Amino acid sequence: MLEIKELSKSFGGIRAVSDCTFTLKDYGITGLIGPNGSGKTTLFNLITGFIPPDHGEIRFRGKRIDGLLPHEVANGGIIRTFQITRILPKMTVLENMLIAPPLQTGEKFGSLWFKRKTIKTEETENRTKALELIDLIGLSHLKDQFAENLSYGQQKLLELTRGLMAGPKMILLDEPTAGINPTMIRTIIELIVRMKEWGMVFFIIEHNMDVIIELCEWIFVLDNGQKIAEGRPEEIQNDPRVIEAYLGV
Amino acid sequence: MNVDLFLHLWIMILIYIIFAMSLNLEVGYTGLFNFGHVAFFGVGAYTSALLTLHQVPFELALVAALIVAGFSGFLLSIPSLKLRGDYFGIATLGFGEIIRMVFQNEVWLTKGPMGLPGIPKPVLFSYRFATLPQYLLLTIGFTILTFLVLRFVTRSPMGRVFKAIREDEVSTAALGKNIFHFKIKSFVIGSVFAGLAGTLWGHYTTFISPGDFTLLETILVLLIVVLGGKGTEWGPIWGAIVLIFFQESLRFLKLPAEWTRYLAPLQQMIFGSLLIFLMIYRPEGLIRGKGGR
Repeated sequence: MLEIKELSKSFGGIRAVSDCTFTLKDYGITGLIGPNGSGKTTLFNLITGFIPPDHGEIRFRGKRIDGLLPHEVANGGIIRTFQITRILPKMTVLENMLIAPPLQTGEKFGSLWFKRKTIKTEETENRTKALELIDLIGLSHLKDQFAENLSYGQQKLLELTRGLMAGPKMILLDEPTAGINPTMIRTIIELIVRMKEWGMVFFIIEHNMDVIIELCEWIFVLDNGQKIAEGRPEEIQNDPRVIEAYLGV
Repeated sequence: MNVDLFLHLWIMILIYIIFAMSLNLEVGYTGLFNFGHVAFFGVGAYTSALLTLHQVPFELALVAALIVAGFSGFLLSIPSLKLRGDYFGIATLGFGEIIRMVFQNEVWLTKGPMGLPGIPKPVLFSYRFATLPQYLLLTIGFTILTFLVLRFVTRSPMGRVFKAIREDEVSTAALGKNIFHFKIKSFVIGSVFAGLAGTLWGHYTTFISPGDFTLLETILVLLIVVLGGKGTEWGPIWGAIVLIFFQESLRFLKLPAEWTRYLAPLQQMIFGSLLIFLMIYRPEGLIRGKGGR
């Protein structure tokens, strides 16, 4: 699904990602782990076009996506969330959801005046879908509140659900359970599993090992910008290289 | 207060409502702090004034003014919108001054500092808007039109993207929106309506000169937007009513002659303090957006 070949990126003298090569197979949930500063978020930024790579190729469903701009990658079917949640604070929960569907007819100036019927149908459909999803994550009573009034955990839920609303082929999650309480972590895990059952594909950065082991079918381990191991969760848990990278023994 | 003064006041208020609504689209909805907005007001005023002075019918001159204002907005937006935040603000500040310099120095076209006197009153479909009540009617019409068009835009999915860009560019881009294109659209639409306000103003005062399009005008209209409530539909309207009423009534105060020279600086001091006061105590302005607690 996602192929990364000899990908490199340096910031000054630091090689954040160096010569990374790996292929995401058709697993529902793939994990990406590694110590702090091992290049996980940089890798996400490279895949989603937020920073251009120095070398290497990224292919998504056979098409090259390196060098594309963030919105082009997103419209190509890869949606991401951020380590520190990025919602639209002074827009309502519902508006946060409605922004997500890509290439809406009503986003073009000409269509605004000449395709009003299409826009109306689209809006009604998107609204129904958005309300269903908001209901699913239990935020119905807050749908007309500014997103900034939600708790951090609820914002994480919203960001994740908004990603789904965009109708992508793959969602990249950057630490979906960081900084929230255990109950909310359960809710988020259940949501991810549910979305997976609906056929969504995930690539997840996560520090919480319990979460990673529970969710992922395949795991990549990154250290110093290089892939040092990959495999099934139980293999990774017992891999000496991984233990060394994490514990420094 | 006599009737003419009252009518004059409302015409000015309405023109500034249009001007402020156009800036509100950029500042309030899209989060683009444009400090050169007066340039497009000026471009509109000059285009339509020059054309009508050369016997072009008002209808055509108006359309041309909107197109030229929108096009200059388009041209200026391309380099400046590559910049972010404060840098964008500074770039627009520069463009505002550059356009004023063009009005001042391209004497062959604009008569330079002499200005353009004798701008004819508008004639729309052979109806001449010459008297104050007639002109008021004309500005009311255009104000309603502007209000409706901008409301239609801001309530549309496109307007939603504008707001999303204001809130967070990064996540909006991550959701597949071409930030740069949307910003250009907002800037161009804003410039077109600033051009409309400028046109109405030029044909109302019948005399324009480069000195009418200084940074002070931008600050005044920015203050209207901030005071009224940026990113709200009614904010610019209330803001303009309060501020223009205040500004224009100062002119007609019966003050001793020796005081009048203090009026202009005093007004600027009051505006400045008002802006600081608002930023501290009520950053959202008179009108609040929906969705808060």
